Amino acid sequence: MVIRTVVTGSFAVLFLMPIILTITNSLMTVSEINANYGVIFARKNGVRVFISKTVNLKFIPDIVSFSQYFKVLFLSPEYLMKFWNSVIFVVPIVVFQLAVASLASYGFARYRGKVREVIFFSYIILMLMPYQVTLVPNYLVSSWLNIIDTRWAIWLPGIFSPFAVYMLTKYMRRIPRSIYEAAEIDGAGEWQIFTRICLPNCRGGLASIAILLFIDYWNMVEQPLILLSDEQMHPLSVFLSRIKTDEISLAFAVAVIYMVLPMLVFLYGEEYLVEGIVYQGGIKE
Amino acid sequence: MYSENGNDRGETLREIKEKVNRALRRNADGLSGGSTAPERDPGKPGPLWDSLRRDPGKPGPLWNSIRRLTASGKGSPHKGRGGGNPGAGGTGSTAKSRREKRVSWTFLSLSLAGVLLFFVLPFMVVIYYSLIDNPVRHRFVGLSNYGKVLSNSAFRLAAANTLKFSAVSVPLAVGLALLLAVVMEKRIPWKSRIRSFFLSPLMVPTASVIMIWQILFHYNGLVNVWLGRFGIDRIDWLKSSYAQVPIILLFIWKNLGYNMILFMAGLANIPRDQIEVARLESASEFQIFWLIKIRYLSSTILFVTIMSLINSFKVFREVYLMAGDYPYDALYMLQHFMNNTFRSLDYQKLSAAAVLMALFMIVVIGVLFVSEDRFGQDLE
Repeated sequence: MVIRTVVTGSFAVLFLMPIILTITNSLMTVSEINANYGVIFARKNGVRVFISKTVNLKFIPDIVSFSQYFKVLFLSPEYLMKFWNSVIFVVPIVVFQLAVASLASYGFARYRGKVREVIFFSYIILMLMPYQVTLVPNYLVSSWLNIIDTRWAIWLPGIFSPFAVYMLTKYMRRIPRSIYEAAEIDGAGEWQIFTRICLPNCRGGLASIAILLFIDYWNMVEQPLILLSDEQMHPLSVFLSRIKTDEISLAFAVAVIYMVLPMLVFLYGEEYLVEGIVYQGGIKE
Repeated sequence: MYSENGNDRGETLREIKEKVNRALRRNADGLSGGSTAPERDPGKPGPLWDSLRRDPGKPGPLWNSIRRLTASGKGSPHKGRGGGNPGAGGTGSTAKSRREKRVSWTFLSLSLAGVLLFFVLPFMVVIYYSLIDNPVRHRFVGLSNYGKVLSNSAFRLAAANTLKFSAVSVPLAVGLALLLAVVMEKRIPWKSRIRSFFLSPLMVPTASVIMIWQILFHYNGLVNVWLGRFGIDRIDWLKSSYAQVPIILLFIWKNLGYNMILFMAGLANIPRDQIEVARLESASEFQIFWLIKIRYLSSTILFVTIMSLINSFKVFREVYLMAGDYPYDALYMLQHFMNNTFRSLDYQKLSAAAVLMALFMIVVIGVLFVSEDRFGQDLE
């Protein structure tokens, strides 16, 4: 048991390492970053000061400094703008995909029929399609609707994406039929049953799905690359890949700022996340 | 058993299927004693064989998998046939059922409209575009666009790379996660802490940790420094035939926790008594794993494999963040091909490639479903 614990434990710590390193490195001064990683990130035409010959991965900064954060937050507004772009993309998608999906899932879960079952199955197939497949239709519609290079091109396909429908339907089908019937006998209308009985019973499910959706869209790269040619509108994920060689001294701080939100969600919602993952697999009783 | 359709009148598909199965079995061998239950004799041919003997119209193993996926889970609470509605199985509720249909479709309409508009209809157009010569002339050219895509060297490179990546990373991600889940099932201190550690990469945006990967795998990076201590020559990780290695590691780092959670849930679901009996019969841990646990896990393995496969198709993200738009040849993925084709807006090529990939995914998922059905069904 000791060996087992040590091996798993050290693997777990190893898994956490990249995150910890990113955080500690964000607290280093610019000169320290350059001294450690200059070999890797220095530009050829850049000034090569403080550059050592070898790379030096450091856990603990010599001097803890918030200068990187200071620069990002107060001197370089473009990072905050990209961060804001990410928020602007993710929040409406999560909220409205959940709204559309809760209606649809109720339609799939409350009463069942063969045609609906087949449609539900095609939702699953659609959900399993990679971006390489779905981006072409998305691009076509966006060009018909003339919304390419606007946020709508990202929002609309995101809102109608079938993932939440699949998940929420599975949640709703677990609500005992007798609960609905009791409400029916009490004279509740269908809309009342939906809002008063069904949705409150799915609160946990909604939270789980919201988290899964959030991490997926927060990390988005493919859609903006194809649907938005204006780099000013790109989310931080795409932008980060571009700054890493130019301003490496800031990149760690930006990276940390970028992962703060998902980490907070993780800290407070880990149980929901785990439940969501398990539900996605359809194993949970 | 998974939940059955509660409100349809008449027989459910499951019942039909069982009847057909029973009848077939009776015809095939009058010897089998326990003909009461639709249990499968392990020695007998599997469901695939059954489905071959069944008429084409009858539900086959793929349909079973569909049912399983669309069902809410085993033994769901509203299994009853309409519960408080005594006439559910019989006559006299047409008005009610019409109302139920109306309600269902009303609630569905918004999402259906969106899916039709943003995915289904344009995909039809994509199929159409893949069959014509150009969007101005609209002349049918049969499958020649597909031929062009398939013989396109960039597409071939991208497809080969993507397949190579999936072929290596998916089994690794599934196997390692299963191993980890089995270990995590045992008694370990700080179990939930360790689980969180493995899960945290899932939450962190890839873009945030890409710098660490750069530091590790750059030509002047740490891994080469470490290798140098053992007298191994430096490898240009991102610009050589090893280029997929860092990406595979990144992929596993990101997905292992997710897969592990699924396997842990699957393992927790195996009925204890089976394992107890096996222990009493002095089966080894290894036997218990292979003969009992793996069989119960088959549907989990299927799901994890599908999800990993889909995630492996998304690995463009990681490659793009590490190596940009024009990476080393070994890292040129299908999404790179699509991006570059988008840039030239060659609709015919794009459409044909998208249809090909959709077909490929459908075939792969279908194969996985059928094989899972064959493997896992004798448990039910």
